Amino acid sequence: MAFDLHRAYRLNPAATLRPEPFGALVYHFGNRRLSFLKTRQLVTVVRLLDSHASAAAALDAAGVPAGQRPRYAAALAALTDSEVIDAR
Amino acid sequence: MPADTATLTEQFNGGLAAPICLTWELTYACNLQCVHCLSASGRRDPRELSTQECLRVIDELERMQVFYANIGGGEPTLRPDFWDLLDYSVAHHVGIKFSTNGVRLDKRAARRLARTDYVDVQISIDGATADVNDAIRGTGSFVTARRAMDNLAEAGFGEFKISIVVTRHNVSQLDEFQQIAQGYGARLRVTRLRPSGRAADHWADLHPTAAQQRQLYHWLSARPDVLTGDSFFHLSALGAPLPGLNLCGAGRVVCLIDPVGDVYACPFVLHEEFRAGNVREPGGFTRLWRESELLLRLREPAAAGACASCGMFDACQGGCMAAKFFTGLPLDGPDPECVLGHGERELAKVCLPDRPQAGPGHSRVRVFLGQIAARAAT
Repeated sequence: MAFDLHRAYRLNPAATLRPEPFGALVYHFGNRRLSFLKTRQLVTVVRLLDSHASAAAALDAAGVPAGQRPRYAAALAALTDSEVIDAR
Repeated sequence: MPADTATLTEQFNGGLAAPICLTWELTYACNLQCVHCLSASGRRDPRELSTQECLRVIDELERMQVFYANIGGGEPTLRPDFWDLLDYSVAHHVGIKFSTNGVRLDKRAARRLARTDYVDVQISIDGATADVNDAIRGTGSFVTARRAMDNLAEAGFGEFKISIVVTRHNVSQLDEFQQIAQGYGARLRVTRLRPSGRAADHWADLHPTAAQQRQLYHWLSARPDVLTGDSFFHLSALGAPLPGLNLCGAGRVVCLIDPVGDVYACPFVLHEEFRAGNVREPGGFTRLWRESELLLRLREPAAAGACASCGMFDACQGGCMAAKFFTGLPLDGPDPECVLGHGERELAKVCLPDRPQAGPGHSRVRVFLGQIAARAAT
């Protein structure tokens, strides 16, 4: 699924982050799915989504280099599929 | 991102801030005496955690963000405070998945469960027919389990789980199990028989043959929707890896709290050698998870040992620690059910008296295959 970097997103209220050495675990209490945020920078991005006008702005704020953007967009798309984040 | 799935597995090897898959056995009391019970349950232990102590454990799990606990026993619903503990846990963001033989799942209990969020129910059967099931689990246990399933379905619980331990005698019934599950709108879960607890005495007669293991591998590969608790990773040496985490999670992502509060590396190694401590000690479960010498040691990279020269080590990771331990095999060698046959050769060298003794545990009586002394469930 194409991920729209220019939209605003939020962490789903039913999803909870648990910090881990590699990044974080996310548990969705609604659909009971466990997801993995595989880098700490991705955790930062996810935490910044709520306070930024777009996913792209959150990536900038987290200091994600331009060359890494496609990989982060793919990770965010997967998190949308598992309902960890959703468009607001 | 620099990290991919492979490095995530490496991160798991180093351990997590809290377990993902925590099993908590609430009581050793059980109305059944299954021949393969991995906790050798039967009689309640007078030292079992009190209600207050259980509530404190739940508080800890909430602080550690253990998202859900797998509750078992014994038969957990025999604890008079079972329903209170369940409600308290769910209210404190620790979801509950509990395993039961169904003895207390009457219509009223089923309706109550259907109203509760964050609760999963797993009903155990070990045969798709009463004769195969009752030979393992005791006379009347199949009828009891089916009645509990009927009650859950009637109450509109939704997708409960039907849990099977794969044995030599039920592996030919996998399709029938699947039909039973589909008939209820339930999900099938099949897990591996370990030589733990009372199963130590029966493993040689009950574990699937090499041909049956190959059959099981192909059956599971074609049905990724069947849950396995990631317990068959030793079969991944047969070809493409099975879905899930293909490594031993003991002490890394997996842990067990037993009814008296003892913490073990995994649910299949109830033995002093794998006991990290007790939740009643200062610092409780949290300190044990983070600082126990045993658990820290288990998080170090596993030595391939005798498997180092085998090209399939990356696929199977040497198999299950508990299966090796209780069959008397070295922990850094092949699994007793190694699909390449290395385990069988090693087993032939093991002297019976050298095998670690599981002990009688909390069994009420000595249990023999085919002549089960369990009371018929009422």
